[in-house]
Amino acid sequence: MQEPETRRPPAHAVWRWALIGLVVAGFAAAFGYVGGWLAPGRLTPKRIIDALQANGGEHPGFRRNHAKGICVAGRFESSGALAAYSTAPLFAPGDTPVVGRLAIPGGNPYAADSSVPIRSFALRFDLADGEQWRTGMNAMPVFPVSTAQAFYDLQLATHPDPATGKPDPAKPKAFFAAHPETAAFLAWIKTAKPSASYVTETYQSINAFYLRDAAEQRHAVRWKVVPEQPASGDGGPAAGDPDYLAADLAKRLGEGPLRWHLQMVFAAEGDPVDDATKVWPADRRTVDAGTIVIDRMQAQDDGPCRDVNYDPTILPRGIEVSNDPLLVARSAAYADSYLRRTSEEGHLPGTASPKENHP
Amino acid sequence: MSHADTFHPFARVLHWLMALAILSMLFVGAGMVTSVEARHAWLLAIHKPLGITIFVLALIRLGFRLTHPAPPLPADMPEWQKLAAHASHWLLYGLMIAMPLIGWGMLSAGNYPVTLGAGLRLPPILPSDAALFAWLREAHRYLAWLFFLTFLAHIGAALMHGLIRRDGVLQSMTGGRRSA
Ligand code: HEM
Ligand code: HEM
Repeated sequence: MQEPETRRPPAHAVWRWALIGLVVAGFAAAFGYVGGWLAPGRLTPKRIIDALQANGGEHPGFRRNHAKGICVAGRFESSGALAAYSTAPLFAPGDTPVVGRLAIPGGNPYAADSSVPIRSFALRFDLADGEQWRTGMNAMPVFPVSTAQAFYDLQLATHPDPATGKPDPAKPKAFFAAHPETAAFLAWIKTAKPSASYVTETYQSINAFYLRDAAEQRHAVRWKVVPEQPASGDGGPAAGDPDYLAADLAKRLGEGPLRWHLQMVFAAEGDPVDDATKVWPADRRTVDAGTIVIDRMQAQDDGPCRDVNYDPTILPRGIEVSNDPLLVARSAAYADSYLRRTSEEGHLPGTASPKENHP
Repeated sequence: MSHADTFHPFARVLHWLMALAILSMLFVGAGMVTSVEARHAWLLAIHKPLGITIFVLALIRLGFRLTHPAPPLPADMPEWQKLAAHASHWLLYGLMIAMPLIGWGMLSAGNYPVTLGAGLRLPPILPSDAALFAWLREAHRYLAWLFFLTFLAHIGAALMHGLIRRDGVLQSMTGGRRSA
């Protein structure tokens, strides 16, 4: 630096510039590939959410799946029975507040409650030490598919034809024929009926997880929440009311709190821990971890569940994800759905406003 | 080669350590948000603790930089290039502090627990607010792209100093012998 005058132009300057250009372009290309811009065939969260959105319609501010639902809240009263299997503090005897959401699958927040025979229950447990446990459960025994790719292909196969509003029947048929893993789901859905109430359903984690106990031992589990409310009694849903689930819930809560038992089902040797399309035999050891008590509800437009992403991989210590590929896929896809709807809620530039809040 | 020509060895170690960490972070971030495979989960598990590590290192580095001036740029460098060099360096410092703070802040605003693995969890630094989450999440993305573009300009310029101008600027950070 002291003798700038003595510096001569370098030999092979063109090659030197080319080398610099190559290094810079190489980094840019690598970033472009990793970031997906140069890998258009990759299945990304964005493509999954685009497919859900294409099926459910554009409904700014709403979840891209399970769009129609109601916020509920209450507490989890732990029995203490699970504390031996998991160090998660909420399993010690005592109460943990919960913020939940009862919903139906599908991307249309105005769908009739009778349009699908499936209901869902999502819960966020807010542990005293600041940890959280989030879970989204469906009232069904198995999931139709075991991978994100198959989930995506299923969305494409069931995409409604713009002319008829219904999917071309040949496509789902071809999909299910090519996916034998859907057999258990198809057998179940044949007999499934849309229930008249959210509160009489048993909701299942479907995906498996691990509990970790104080001795660092892992236990593969699935969980379900089993209602105390008896199965039926007051007939079918009110004819002509597309929103009977909300009406039923309000009526039931008017009579007092609603209860479900959180039951942990332990895998036996050889039970599939990474495949949501397979049921476990009914005789598996089950521990009643405690009672979920729901005592209030609120519309999702302004309720406490609106801004919650029920990402099933948000777990306290003592509960861990399994290798089920759906869990990671759900986490990635829910994040994208969450960003879209919170961006719309926050009126970020370039997003549609959630003008449909009050149908 | 005199001391005034090179960065302090501590600054050089920090520089190369953080260069590696930040470049990894940009790739880890871009890779995890475009994947629904298992790597999404393990990349995210690297992303958060490494990001916070970068934040801590950046504070140390900034403190050191403010107390230990950098070697002067060559006198014959055009004024606009000096300006660009200084501006881009402060932009890089700004981003290596802002990016982790935004990552931490956006998780706080989204009411996510800010877990770093191994049982470590940071307290929220912002109240939960969905719109704030969305703004920060988008800022995290666009500033990451700005970060990457600034990095490209930075290595382009560093190589230009080392290969074309051969003025010792690159060596001031590599610490190697200066070619005449
Ligand atoms: C790869 C497979 C799956 C994909 C891509 C997917 C996608 C989605 C998306 C985008 C949402 C909306 C998230 C939000 O904006 O907060 C959602 C909600 C939900 N999903 Fe899935 N899902 C998948 C598998 C499953 C499985 C296996 C279950 C079974 C238990 C499930 C249960 C739920 C529930 C209960 C909700 C509603 C959560 C709430 O009320 O906020 N999903 N899903
Ligand atoms: C030098 C520091 C950091 C860099 C360079 C960086 C970079 C990135 C990049 C490039 C992305 C992808 C953005 C997109 O394309 O949407 C990303 C996403 C993300 N980052 Fe960071 N980040 C940093 C620090 C942090 C920290 C400290 C945290 C949290 C503690 C964090 C949490 C996240 C999360 C949660 C996502 C999004 C995941 C998702 O939406 O699925 N980042 N980051």
